[in-house]
Amino acid sequence: MSVEARTVQNRGAFEYLTTKKDEFVGWARKFSLFPYPFVTACCAMEFMSVSSTLYDTDRFGAALPRFSPRQSDLLMVVGTITHKQAPVLRRVYEQMCEPKWVIAFGVCATSGGFYQNYATLQGIDRIIPVDLYIPGCPPRPEMVIDGIMKLQDRIAHDSHPIIQGTF
Amino acid sequence: MSSETPLPNPIRPAFGPDERAGTTVVSIGPSHPATHGTVQIIAELSGERIVRADVHCGYLHRGFEKECESHTWSNLIPYVDRLNYCSALINDFAYCDAVERLMEIEITPRCRYLRTLLAEYSRIADHLTCTAAMLMELGAMTAFLYLVTLRDYLYEHLAALTGARVTYSFGRIGGLARDLPPGWLERLEEILRQLDVFVGRVHGLVDENRIFIDRMRDVGVLRSQEAIDWGYTGPVLRSTGVPRDLRKDTPYLAYAELDFEVPVGIKGDNYDRYYVRMREMDESVRMIRQIAERLPPGPISVEDRRCTLPEKQLVYTEIESLINHFKLISEGPQVPAGEIYAAHEGANGELGFYLVSTGGGVPHRVHVRAPSFVHVGGIHRLLEGYQLADLVPTFGSINMIGGECDR
Amino acid sequence: MNVAEALPQRVLARWSSLAQEAAIAHGTLALRVAPERLVELASSLKLEFGFDLLLDVTGVDWPGRDPRFDVVYHFYSTRDFVRTRLKTRVPECEPAVDSLTALYNSARFAERECHDMFGIEFRGNADLRPILLYEGFVGHPLRKDYPKQREQPLVSYRK
Repeated sequence: MSVEARTVQNRGAFEYLTTKKDEFVGWARKFSLFPYPFVTACCAMEFMSVSSTLYDTDRFGAALPRFSPRQSDLLMVVGTITHKQAPVLRRVYEQMCEPKWVIAFGVCATSGGFYQNYATLQGIDRIIPVDLYIPGCPPRPEMVIDGIMKLQDRIAHDSHPIIQGTF
Repeated sequence: MSSETPLPNPIRPAFGPDERAGTTVVSIGPSHPATHGTVQIIAELSGERIVRADVHCGYLHRGFEKECESHTWSNLIPYVDRLNYCSALINDFAYCDAVERLMEIEITPRCRYLRTLLAEYSRIADHLTCTAAMLMELGAMTAFLYLVTLRDYLYEHLAALTGARVTYSFGRIGGLARDLPPGWLERLEEILRQLDVFVGRVHGLVDENRIFIDRMRDVGVLRSQEAIDWGYTGPVLRSTGVPRDLRKDTPYLAYAELDFEVPVGIKGDNYDRYYVRMREMDESVRMIRQIAERLPPGPISVEDRRCTLPEKQLVYTEIESLINHFKLISEGPQVPAGEIYAAHEGANGELGFYLVSTGGGVPHRVHVRAPSFVHVGGIHRLLEGYQLADLVPTFGSINMIGGECDR
Repeated sequence: MNVAEALPQRVLARWSSLAQEAAIAHGTLALRVAPERLVELASSLKLEFGFDLLLDVTGVDWPGRDPRFDVVYHFYSTRDFVRTRLKTRVPECEPAVDSLTALYNSARFAERECHDMFGIEFRGNADLRPILLYEGFVGHPLRKDYPKQREQPLVSYRK
């Protein structure tokens, strides 16, 4: 085989390996989520149900909560956020390190729910960027798992700034 | 990525960080697993001991009472559900009862019994949640998983009846949304048997556990006179030795016809509050079994055109039913002018609704006497003098539900 | 006549001449007095008649009526299982009543909430900081002239 043909063949093998490496990194990242459950209201009941035995999020690697924003990467805003709670949410979001994702769990976090009044923030995306909205009042645990899986797909196809930038 | 201007502090603490030498002031919450996410406790610590505690709630104030003034009496039921969301049906029935008394409507016997059954079922769900959360915060993860799994069976079962797992909107003024589906009572008996098994396991794991007793006995002690002075009712008051229970003292719904005990504690500490709730679950199971045996047949909603929607068949064929239906939906049931305060025994204590009507379909004022709010008012007395680590089980044993506390 | 009916009758007998309004409706005795007599009546209920539990303090706004606000108290007797309602009216120009915190500690948080929502001053309650609302909130939301959807955000919105 000529030198040119062998180089093309080797590059094909190299690209196959880097694709597999990207998939592996994506797989590892998506199944090692550390949620910060920013829990306020009724959706907490469904959050407890989805974390426990019947609808286990541990199967998806998203069970171990970290109650410090410094140690977590998935901010799950569960329940209504009021204007009084908004500075707290913003501060917690800012304390998390990149890469981080935000789930708006429940319709109150998504858009204020049916509390259209002076006290309720009409959706957390007014103060922090949101990656996934899970509507429902409260959403069924299957919906939550479906949402987490969609987010995991996105995480898997994201490129990691350090690993995939260097290698 | 930080904001350009510093974030404002939504509260004003009662004491500053440098007021006394030798003490540290820490802010626990409002985003904290042990404070159930919506309470902030500014604690002045001397070493590990809490010297002063300043409790701030209101982080979940969603404007329920203001919302009430712009919806009809029946449209409020979903809002009322989300007050004490752990035992949502009790809120529904307490509110519907208050409106029915103001309208002087008497509900059917079947509805009375079924509301009692569902209220006790909801009470079980609330006590399961409270106990599970408190035990998990102490580190007993197994007990949490047992109790939450059981609660999930309850939720699925209630979803078969009402359509929703957590917040049901099942009560209607004058009755209930629908009757029991076939097979519901059989599944109920299966769940109650599972409950006996699981709760028995939790008792075995925790009741005589040295660590549990050391952490909970003589911690967060509340005396009965102090409890009444600070407005405590419900399991917290009963744990101090005062046998006050609205279901026994001023019976409503079908409670007068049931045979049950009111469990009472001895010392008013965390252990007693835990144990009173566990015993109350047993009593609720007893009541549910009694009701399931003697549930009377008959209609679910009272035949009163002031509040009950007419049958769809009639709505499509008769003009009077059509107009009645239209008016009930668009204007709401017309409640005569007056005011009423009606209280039920919620899972946390006396849940009261104060309604003021000016005659019309929209309330003039709805006020909820929320037991959690009153309890948070006195909780600093249970925290001061104890260690920081004791804050977690004490707060858990009070069962502060954010939706009810802040409304 | 059992205790549940006798006790309200005794309270009525003692206070109906001194109260502005006294009636039993839907099973509960409701008394209305002038704001100056509030603490006197509350002490009498607690010490003479045994209403040892103050359940709740709240307000009602009647715009267009002078005095504008109703301040409503609910008491319960843990011995006789009877409830009583106490009302008083305060005008908009000076919405102030005496606090009941000296008699009942459960009044503290309830009066704070009433102050937050209606702007009613409770003289003698040392701590009237906002409890359900936050620092910097202007206005009293449960007044009928506060528009329901007027938000006062603390954090500036994105974009």
